[in-house]
Amino acid sequence: MTEEIIIAGFGGQGVLSMGKIMAYSGVMQDMEVSWMPSYGPEMRGGTANVIVIISTERISSPIIRHFDTAIILNQQSLDKFENSIKTGGILIYDGNGITRHPERKDITIYRVDATEEASRMNSPKIFNTIVLGGFLKIKPIIRIENVIKGLKKSLPERYHNLIPMNEKALIRGEEIIKEIQKAKL
Amino acid sequence: MERELRLMKGNEAVAEAAIRAGVDGYFGYPITPQTEIIEYLMEANPAETTGMVVLQAESEVAAINMVYGGAACGKRVMTSSSSPGISLKQEGITYIAGAELPCLIVNVVRGGPGLGTIQPAQSDYFQATKGGGHGDYHLIVLAPASVQEMADFVDLSFELAFRYRNPVMMLSDGAIGQMMEKVYLSPQKERSKTVPEWATTGKPSTRERNIITSLDLDPNRQEVFNQKLIDKYNEIREKEVRFEEFQVDDAEYILVAYGTSARVCQKSVQLARSQGIKAGLLRPITLFPFPTQRINELAGHVKGMLSVEMSAGQMVEDVLLSVNGKVPVYHFGRMGGIVTTPEEVVEVLKSKFIGG
Repeated sequence: MTEEIIIAGFGGQGVLSMGKIMAYSGVMQDMEVSWMPSYGPEMRGGTANVIVIISTERISSPIIRHFDTAIILNQQSLDKFENSIKTGGILIYDGNGITRHPERKDITIYRVDATEEASRMNSPKIFNTIVLGGFLKIKPIIRIENVIKGLKKSLPERYHNLIPMNEKALIRGEEIIKEIQKAKL
Repeated sequence: MERELRLMKGNEAVAEAAIRAGVDGYFGYPITPQTEIIEYLMEANPAETTGMVVLQAESEVAAINMVYGGAACGKRVMTSSSSPGISLKQEGITYIAGAELPCLIVNVVRGGPGLGTIQPAQSDYFQATKGGGHGDYHLIVLAPASVQEMADFVDLSFELAFRYRNPVMMLSDGAIGQMMEKVYLSPQKERSKTVPEWATTGKPSTRERNIITSLDLDPNRQEVFNQKLIDKYNEIREKEVRFEEFQVDDAEYILVAYGTSARVCQKSVQLARSQGIKAGLLRPITLFPFPTQRINELAGHVKGMLSVEMSAGQMVEDVLLSVNGKVPVYHFGRMGGIVTTPEEVVEVLKSKFIGG
């Protein structure tokens, strides 16, 4: 099993940290992982993206251009990466701020309105964890208990009080993600 | 002893491995994409645990000269930078090579020339393997292709540096520096208390003065010294070649690639084989000494070789010398901070050799 994922959005949205939590969780589940961020000027206020690969085998190239799953959190990223999803692959996006919705027919599309949900939960910062919960509903490659273990490992101890909130966010994400379109192959 | 599992960036792995290897001193100056090395060391503050000195120098030139000083005292010392910063260090590096001192220089390569870009590249191959500074000298050059090797090669570098009294360069790139992977870390080693016999640590009455210099105004003595260096490099060529092979046994075409490109090419080999093309990969781990002999042997069994580098074609010259005309050799590489994709490599392989 190899899952090749791109997560893309605005810098500051928690794109890189969502990838980091995924990678840590993969490690907790004894899998091979790689986390390859975009780095440099585009991170500072612009768009940020990270390629995460989780596999049961040794990972060859950490840098790839075609993905099984794209998790898209803003319009620029949707424009940039919609065509990088493999045929039959998955697109997960948050509808907040999206004016041009995805158009491909050969991919399965899910929508998880995490921005809205996070503000409803009075905790905008857990937005990315809601998205992650949605992803794990669709692709249960990592068990939630290992995500919690991953969080414990990746967060400094002073933030461990936030873990129960994140657990709630993961579950909420699982609940609110909805299928928009099945791939026509 | 059990090795500790962590998820780390390549840069962080170098830093943590340096502490654990019992390095005595790190002297550096920040530059993207390797700044995490000094950041990690500053935060870890090993002065309080192992006694390792971590110092941000006023410039790259100062940092390499601090390395020169520390190495002259027989200490395990290192610096790191990225391409433009490594260019600044070249004067110090040639002096260190000329004074036959051990040290580690890490280059997390970014695209050039000049300030270029902060994205990954492999365009410092010539500089690393053919000298870099002036005069007839070589560094031992190790090319890590994973975060694990970023950690493992720190200890290996010091072992080689002290065995041959020669500076070692770890030639990495922005992709390996910035990406996170699993890494198994070795247990903490004590800093070495042995003082090499050549170190300038104060003259006791029991021996002559030790002199560390790269200057000899007598041409006859200087030529003898140059010959001694050449003999040393030949011994290194004979004993220290390291490489890894992937599916070469029945291969008709060999990709030659190091570092990030080797990771990409591993996937290219799988892709090519899924299309019925028997490709294999030779990954040089040491770039100096280069696996010349092995590449020459392989050239006898295959139809062609493709050198894949994120440069305009540098290592390909060493592949050509190794193959020595036996089969066609081509170069493929992206530049400017763009990482080659596995699919592109397969397309080039097909167009050069199969005519697709």
